[in-house]
Amino acid sequence: MIEQKRMPTASMGALFQRLKAGGWRIVAPRAAGDTVTFGEIESPDEMATGLVQTTLSSKSVVFPMWEELFRFRHGESGAEFRDVDEAIMPTAVVGLRPCDARAMQALHAVFTWDSQDEPYLRRRGRIALLGLSCAQADDCCFCTSVDGGPGDATGSDLLLTALGDDYLVEVVSDRGRELAALAGDLLVAGADVDKAAYLATVPVRFDAARLSTGLSKAFDREELWLEQSLRCLGCGACAYVCPTCACFDIQDEANRHGGARVRCWDSCGFSLFTLHTSGHNPREMQSQRWRQRIMHKFAYMPERLQVVGCVGCGRCSRACPVDMNLAEHLNAIVESVA
Amino acid sequence: MSALHDTARQLLESGTAAVVIGYGEGTAGSARPLFVRDAARAGELVFDERCVHNLSVYLLKPEVKALGKAAIVGQPATLRSILQLASEQQVKEGDVIVLLPETEGGVRQIGSFAEIEEAVSEADAQLSPEEKACLDEIAALPRVDRWRFWQQEFTRCLKCYACRAACPLCYCAQCIVEVNQPQWIPVPPHPLGNMDWHLVRAMHLAGRCIGCGECARACPVDIPLNLLNQVIEEEISGQFGAHAGLSASASYALSTFTTGDKDTFIR
Repeated sequence: MIEQKRMPTASMGALFQRLKAGGWRIVAPRAAGDTVTFGEIESPDEMATGLVQTTLSSKSVVFPMWEELFRFRHGESGAEFRDVDEAIMPTAVVGLRPCDARAMQALHAVFTWDSQDEPYLRRRGRIALLGLSCAQADDCCFCTSVDGGPGDATGSDLLLTALGDDYLVEVVSDRGRELAALAGDLLVAGADVDKAAYLATVPVRFDAARLSTGLSKAFDREELWLEQSLRCLGCGACAYVCPTCACFDIQDEANRHGGARVRCWDSCGFSLFTLHTSGHNPREMQSQRWRQRIMHKFAYMPERLQVVGCVGCGRCSRACPVDMNLAEHLNAIVESVA
Repeated sequence: MSALHDTARQLLESGTAAVVIGYGEGTAGSARPLFVRDAARAGELVFDERCVHNLSVYLLKPEVKALGKAAIVGQPATLRSILQLASEQQVKEGDVIVLLPETEGGVRQIGSFAEIEEAVSEADAQLSPEEKACLDEIAALPRVDRWRFWQQEFTRCLKCYACRAACPLCYCAQCIVEVNQPQWIPVPPHPLGNMDWHLVRAMHLAGRCIGCGECARACPVDIPLNLLNQVIEEEISGQFGAHAGLSASASYALSTFTTGDKDTFIR
């Protein structure tokens, strides 16, 4: 049961103070020129405003761009290993969009599928998500085509919706109740509003059921994948801005004395991604890599993890240097195969 | 526009070209690269001020080469990178047909390097007033602030390599970031890894960059990488009098020695 409260917009600063007093550090959208990323801030004044979507998603809070897994060195009696014993502060992510909060479920499914990913779980256990509903959307948004929505509470602990002078505050989870208790008298009763009137309109851009049927028959449609991917440059921009892409590369950063094993974001769009030591590459052509990207998110993840690997945030379409508009491509798959 | 459609249609119908690489309508009123292989779709080509991509990047992609002979809708930057690629033996004469939409509405079709050389001019190699102003502004900073400026910019880098992928001159089959014995450039996007990557890339493009600005345009976090290459281009054209991408037979300034070279840098 989602409890509904109100909070005056002007109380955001006070909410920050109470969260911080409760031991939470605050991470929120921050602008550097036209680029908006999630970073630690002290007060709501530092938050980027008026945006449809942040440039990068909030996934780095649980899955950083790169992180050390363990350290090693040549010791007196051979190799010595040391766990990375990084203290992880409880982190409240404020102002992420409902799609980003929903994306955390897809990430969770990936990182707890066949093994329990410790570095991820360490972080995941210490975050709270204070989502902010969308009052505006653009041509790249398609959350409503993948079960989400501009006011979707899934994944958020608290979901805020701007009502003008007030926020509607929905208390979604146990962690949300913990935060609501910290907020105390900042939250007041009387939330009887039609939330939908304050939300952006996001049109459904493709039929998810038909896409699913279509993809089950699309693997061998080589011409389709080629036609779609000819202009793809094979960079990693789409994967790196994606809130659900979870592939990583393991590297050793070392000198002759020792070093660290690290993992870094990776992308299935790179030709190197599947290159074998033998020289054989099972996904030699960009069309095969594009197919993998689509199939992974919209066929393999739903089949194996019961979660769609896309939340319709539209970032890949915005970031793509050659305008590989994802919703448009998915629609084309539906039209030509389903 | 109809001349462009007609020319494309005729090239595809006659089999003179297997693909026309041009521009089509994109998301929210933008234009995007378009590959036309079917003459019936030639009408989807557009050409106007929205068409900013340097399409020559596609000429060396194996997927595109596999299609057969390409015709490409050209603009100054595209032509210059074709010439630069030719001077580096990456594009052979006759490999590509260039379609030049003209202001009067016609389309000129050229193929020989001599014709492409004729279609570009030294003026195309000059920085725009905006680019020049931006460079001057950075150049006016004290050295430590310049360093800080770039450090700040590189902090945002994700190592997605969109800059490399969008660059027509970044065509190495194995990029230096992919060499790991030894690992020249750290893989993680930490400050050192990012600085290494961008400085090495700028150096590898020294005297070769034709200044199309695709690297900066492709960057999802808006790092003005073009400035880095332009300042090097200024340096090299100043020292050697050579602009990249004006001749298909130019020799590379940094790997050529002539007895007339200045040696004042030896002290």
